[in-house]
Amino acid sequence: MASYSTSDFRKGLKVQMDGDPYLMIECNFVKPGKGQALYKCKLRNLIRNTVIDRTYKSGDSIEAADIQEINAQYLYRQGDQFVFMDNESYEQYELAREQVDDGWRYLKEGMVCSMLLFNGSPIGVTPPNHVVLKVEYCEPGAKGNTATNVTKPCKVETDTEFDCPSFVEIGDLIRIDTRTGQYIERVKE
Amino acid sequence: MSDTLGNGHHGPTATWQNLRLRAALLQRVRTFFEQRGFLEVETPILSDDTVVDRHLDPFFTEVPGRPGNAPRRLWLQTSPEFAMKRLLAAGGEAIYQIARVFRREEEGSLHNPEFTMVEWYRTEEGLDAGMQRTAELCEVLLERGPAERISYAEAFERHVGVDPHTAEVAQLNEVLQRCGVAPPETLSPDDRDARLDLLLVERVQPHLGVGRPVLLYDYPASQAALARVRPQEPPVAERFELYVSGIELANGYHELLDPEELRRRNAAANALRRRDGKQPLPEQSRLLAAMQAGLPPAVGVSLGFDRVVMLAAAAKGLAEVMAFPFARA
Repeated sequence: MASYSTSDFRKGLKVQMDGDPYLMIECNFVKPGKGQALYKCKLRNLIRNTVIDRTYKSGDSIEAADIQEINAQYLYRQGDQFVFMDNESYEQYELAREQVDDGWRYLKEGMVCSMLLFNGSPIGVTPPNHVVLKVEYCEPGAKGNTATNVTKPCKVETDTEFDCPSFVEIGDLIRIDTRTGQYIERVKE
Repeated sequence: MSDTLGNGHHGPTATWQNLRLRAALLQRVRTFFEQRGFLEVETPILSDDTVVDRHLDPFFTEVPGRPGNAPRRLWLQTSPEFAMKRLLAAGGEAIYQIARVFRREEEGSLHNPEFTMVEWYRTEEGLDAGMQRTAELCEVLLERGPAERISYAEAFERHVGVDPHTAEVAQLNEVLQRCGVAPPETLSPDDRDARLDLLLVERVQPHLGVGRPVLLYDYPASQAALARVRPQEPPVAERFELYVSGIELANGYHELLDPEELRRRNAAANALRRRDGKQPLPEQSRLLAAMQAGLPPAVGVSLGFDRVVMLAAAAKGLAEVMAFPFARA
């Protein structure tokens, strides 16, 4: 298995420790003038999403992780399993609810997501940054109120609710930022 | 961004404003030493000799040797120390140099593998006068007020509650754990100095020079490098460093004069280098010859000029004050 030594360390490196894949999100070189060179790194566990701090000395190395990023189309949900298909190989992958994380709130059939494979198995999926969802139910808003600072919960086609301005109505299409879960705007068909 | 010199990767990373500041500070350095009777000197960047330090990795290049001989290996200086001491041995009394120096694999926001070092030597002076002049230069360049002197032991006592001269590895491990510092897993179990370095970098240094500059002095004898060791209990290295805003700016020695001691330290440093899996460095040098001929007592100090400019510019990293840092060299 390939490995990276400290001179290869940089942000964005994908490595493997104790069987888990990690993304190097920070790497700072520190060295007392006459002393040991150290690399202070922050690494995000790509499965658990936890961040750990590790300090390495020059010459240390970490095993490289076999991580692949593919475009996968969401097909359907079966109980707690979400089924995707690799757009190139047509291979199908099933992800459990906890692997999909908050992503389930945005998944519509046919949506193309970015999927991470670790040693060939899916470990996570990221929906596009912006998705358009149809409002299925909400309380009627006050007529003529165009203020965006007054919000109400709106239930959408993916069976979840988002806070939207009070002028949003049943049947509207709304654009949501999947990174924050925030309403952006109403869109026309 | 209007003050940056260009876009894309051919352009500099520093603004013109910072490059002008850099030039002005360089001028101030020259004026400072000229006013104090120091002679500006230049010595080779490429040398047969190099400092033998466990943690310094020099670049080298080779030129063809005489017919039938091995190529001549020349080291890019990690500091102009050896050559400047040879000038002391030849009668130099007060000399300074603004030198380009080179260190492999030292790259980060506070490190660039090629950087500018201001180095000076004054014969017949010791640690106290060396610290005094360092503080004066710091004041001339950065105007942060008079420097406070704190011994290495006081600083460790104050910030991590341990005596750095006597604590065993086991005790240092406890301190690291108490301070929430996780050492590299590969740290060798008998490496006391690496543990002191970790504590210094992580828990002591960030407090040094916040407000007034700090001169940290009397280092553990095991970290003497090329400083003389004062025989007392415990013995200490007559060495100091200057810190401003938690950043190390300068390093000074009351210089080691004994060639036999230098031989021993070179051999010890190379033994550790081999153990670390690093290439040993040449233990013979013209400095040894000069020391045998007789080196006058002297204090020597080196200052990282780029970091000084960085602090003067209130910049976050060296790239902001260097026209073309290593990644764009």
